[in-house]
Amino acid sequence: MSALDLSRWQFGITTVYHFLFVPITLGTSFLVAIMQTMWVRTGDSSWLRLTKFFGKIFLINFAMGVVTGIVQEFQFGMNWSDYSRFVGDIFGAPLAVEGLLAFFLESTFLGMWIFGWDRLPKKLHLASIWLAAIGTTLSAYFILAANAFMQHPVGFHINPVTHRAEMDDFLRLLTQNTAVIAYLHTMSAAFLLSGTLIAAVSAFHMVRGSNSSIFRKTLKLGAVVTLVAGAAVGWTGDADSKIMVTQQPMKMAAAEALYHTESNAGFSLFTVGTLDGSQSVLDVKVPNLLSFLATGDMNGEVKGINNLETEYTSTYAGTGLKGADFAPNIPITYWMFRLMIGLGMIAVLWALWLLWMIRGGREPKGKLVYRSAVWMTFAPLFGISAGWIFTEMGRQPWIVFGQMLTAQGVSPVITSFDVLVSMVIFTLLYGVLAVIEMGLLIKTVKQGLPEASDVKVVEGNQPLTFAY
Amino acid sequence: MSYESLQTIWFILIAVLWVGYFVLEGFDFGVGILLRTIGKTEAERRALVTTLGPLWDGNEVWLLVAGGATFAAFPEWYATLFSGFYLPLFLILFGLIIRGVAFEYRSKHGDAVWRQRWDWAILIGSFLPSLLWGVAFANLVRGTEVVQQANTGFLYTGGFWALLNPFALLGGLVTLSLFMTHGAIFVSLKTDGDIRYRARELAVKIGLVAAVLAVVFLLWAQVAYSNNSWTWATVLLAAVCWLGGIAMVRAGREGWSFTLSALTLALAVISLFGMLYPNLMPNIDRSLIGLTIHNGSSSETTLKIMTVVAVVMTPIVLLYQGWTYWIFRKRITAAQIPNPEAGILDGVH
Ligand code: HDD
Ligand code: HEM
Ligand code: HEM
Repeated sequence: MSALDLSRWQFGITTVYHFLFVPITLGTSFLVAIMQTMWVRTGDSSWLRLTKFFGKIFLINFAMGVVTGIVQEFQFGMNWSDYSRFVGDIFGAPLAVEGLLAFFLESTFLGMWIFGWDRLPKKLHLASIWLAAIGTTLSAYFILAANAFMQHPVGFHINPVTHRAEMDDFLRLLTQNTAVIAYLHTMSAAFLLSGTLIAAVSAFHMVRGSNSSIFRKTLKLGAVVTLVAGAAVGWTGDADSKIMVTQQPMKMAAAEALYHTESNAGFSLFTVGTLDGSQSVLDVKVPNLLSFLATGDMNGEVKGINNLETEYTSTYAGTGLKGADFAPNIPITYWMFRLMIGLGMIAVLWALWLLWMIRGGREPKGKLVYRSAVWMTFAPLFGISAGWIFTEMGRQPWIVFGQMLTAQGVSPVITSFDVLVSMVIFTLLYGVLAVIEMGLLIKTVKQGLPEASDVKVVEGNQPLTFAY
Repeated sequence: MSYESLQTIWFILIAVLWVGYFVLEGFDFGVGILLRTIGKTEAERRALVTTLGPLWDGNEVWLLVAGGATFAAFPEWYATLFSGFYLPLFLILFGLIIRGVAFEYRSKHGDAVWRQRWDWAILIGSFLPSLLWGVAFANLVRGTEVVQQANTGFLYTGGFWALLNPFALLGGLVTLSLFMTHGAIFVSLKTDGDIRYRARELAVKIGLVAAVLAVVFLLWAQVAYSNNSWTWATVLLAAVCWLGGIAMVRAGREGWSFTLSALTLALAVISLFGMLYPNLMPNIDRSLIGLTIHNGSSSETTLKIMTVVAVVMTPIVLLYQGWTYWIFRKRITAAQIPNPEAGILDGVH
């Protein structure tokens, strides 16, 4: 394989892996902060125990998010140096701001929170988890604004001498609709996942009968968050579709395997046939739904892959991109789009079912609750991965839409050997870490709530209440 | 402000970020390498890891910001350096990954084998970057085989083995020994009991070795590769501070000692950047054109915007990071570690 293909695999692997932990951090940090706030407000020690319990789960996850993030920060220079040269002027800025504004905040205050139980007054300690949570959400915003530039570049011009992109308008970059909607959609998805995680863990303990009355609180919290986030994900996803169809029509066509332009396009539920060819054979569709999703009008026009291909070929005929294939991998984009929605919505239905199971003070019972609780967290987790794989692969062959091809962005000096070594070792290392992390998570979950302990400030040489 | 002065300001700002990184992460690398040398019992090792617990991630962010700032201010440098030094950088990342996970996970179980494995991860993960950052910076100062391309800017074409020249390897040993000493001084400042005294002794021993290595290295660099003569001053000052730091730790004045070793690291970084200026990646053959702050920077607009952000944010960050150091200022002793043989997840907490 060439250094290009290997770099793409490496980037895909490390980024999808990083994003297994990120959304859990994004949602759970706030949910733990809410639990601790409940404790500080009400003085009810069961909230303290819940905070500590879910806090542990959160921290085990956070550690993985941090260490995998470091790789992301340097990969652009290592594997995509021509891309970095081309866009550094614009793309580097949000990355630097993210570090300065967000990473310092989250790492410093999280350290304060972990070790501060016995050093800080209650309210200040509570403030530290909130600041850490705010840090995570800020970091998400800046990195997504950077990513939005790759999906829909704005606020720049190409320097005719150096052929590099140069910044005109930083605010435009940060506030363009692509960035805002991607942020809202991603945050909603993160809360959907985190709500499900908390509800699932709580349901697991309720069925086992351990601290059932306490876990009822977080089951409700988690399930309600999942429902609200589910609605938000649908709403923002719908808005995202409308933006995408104007900015990256090819991605929408690919998502639907829609080969020919149609003006009352149906939403495809299932397709058999030559997905990768130029025709579909059997297609189960909801009439007019796609037109409505994409344009807001039942009879709106949605462009097809073949028509767009012709259009792009003539647009870029004189630019050295002649002969490029402007369509992404259709089977992958098509199925990832469905997996994203499907896996996320299963979790929403499940949360609804759980709430029904515990209605009026009832106890959830039975193997089904227990088993589904064990597996359910994985649905939105993989749904989120599918969403990203769809977004990123749907953008191909572009690394910056309309400006630079992925193939042009790769580092010219690295060899296949270099990338092969790093890819294999990263993959093995990440695999091992995943096993270790899962082991710790399972152990933490099984262990259940810690005892309620007094929280007071340690003086002098007394034993610490928490140490690494 | 003119474009040229903005470029200089950003060169200085990036040097400041590296100063922050070497001074702060320098000591947690050092503690990581010496974890098992200073900490003889489990309680002692946990006391050592606890001194770093609330701090190490915040320290590492200095590196992340240095990376991001380089990307934004000198994209050509970011691209050429990181793709050129691919394998060493990969090893650094590998080290940082296993080290970070190890800090967070090692005390979760009481199992001795589990902890021993994580201790190795901490050791290797602290050792690799300590050595390799020195190798990388030495190569920058020495000059490398960078060639200017017609369209794509600069490329480093020297390959992996060319980075392992004697000067660079010496540079690696310098950062390694400086960080180890700095870490030992940190331990003597932040702990009490046996580990404190063990750390003191080690600080003196390793510190003297480091002194010899560092003086040879900096003089060599200054004489053979420096662009500026004013760096003589910082080099000499660094040497003085270092010797002062060792004398202080020997005398039991740990606060002063730590201040001086931090100053030394800062001066060493300033010297290296000063020797480079205005180059970013000079060619090993100085008659050929290399990467400088002028041909490697981003546009004036970006530099201006980033300057505003940096000027507003950096003091705030320093303030709250300084505050964490204040909150966790108390010495920690092995006796304070609750149930040292049990893990956090073993049902005690
Ligand atoms: C939508 C959110 C999001 C996205 C798309 C990414 N990240 Fe991330 N990243 C986070 C959200 C996040 C976070 C929530 O802030 C993390 C996850 C867990 C954590 O500790 O912080 C984090 C950690 C994290 C760290 C470690 C920070 C620390 O030490 O505290 C770095 C350096 C990066 N990320 C860099 C990146 C880069 C360069 C990305 C682009 C490919 C990227 N992340 C994608
Ligand atoms: C965190 C969620 C993300 C995931 C799961 C993700 C996933 C992926 C995947 C699977 C690819 C491979 C596409 C292909 O090659 O066919 C890709 C490409 C790419 N993504 Fe992302 N991405 C994410 C976020 C980002 C962000 C935030 C950025 C930039 C700020 C980014 C930059 C890139 C670049 C530069 C490529 C091109 C390299 C390549 O084709 O592999 N990605 N991404
Ligand atoms: C009605 C349901 C949904 C619709 C219509 C929808 C729509 C979309 C669209 C159009 C994109 C591509 C954005 C772009 O490339 O410009 C996207 C991306 C994404 N989706 Fe969804 N989505 C839905 C549900 C979900 C669910 C349930 C999840 C979580 C499990 C999810 C997670 C994601 C993620 C993580 C991305 C990538 C980030 C982004 O570009 O915003 N989506 N979605």
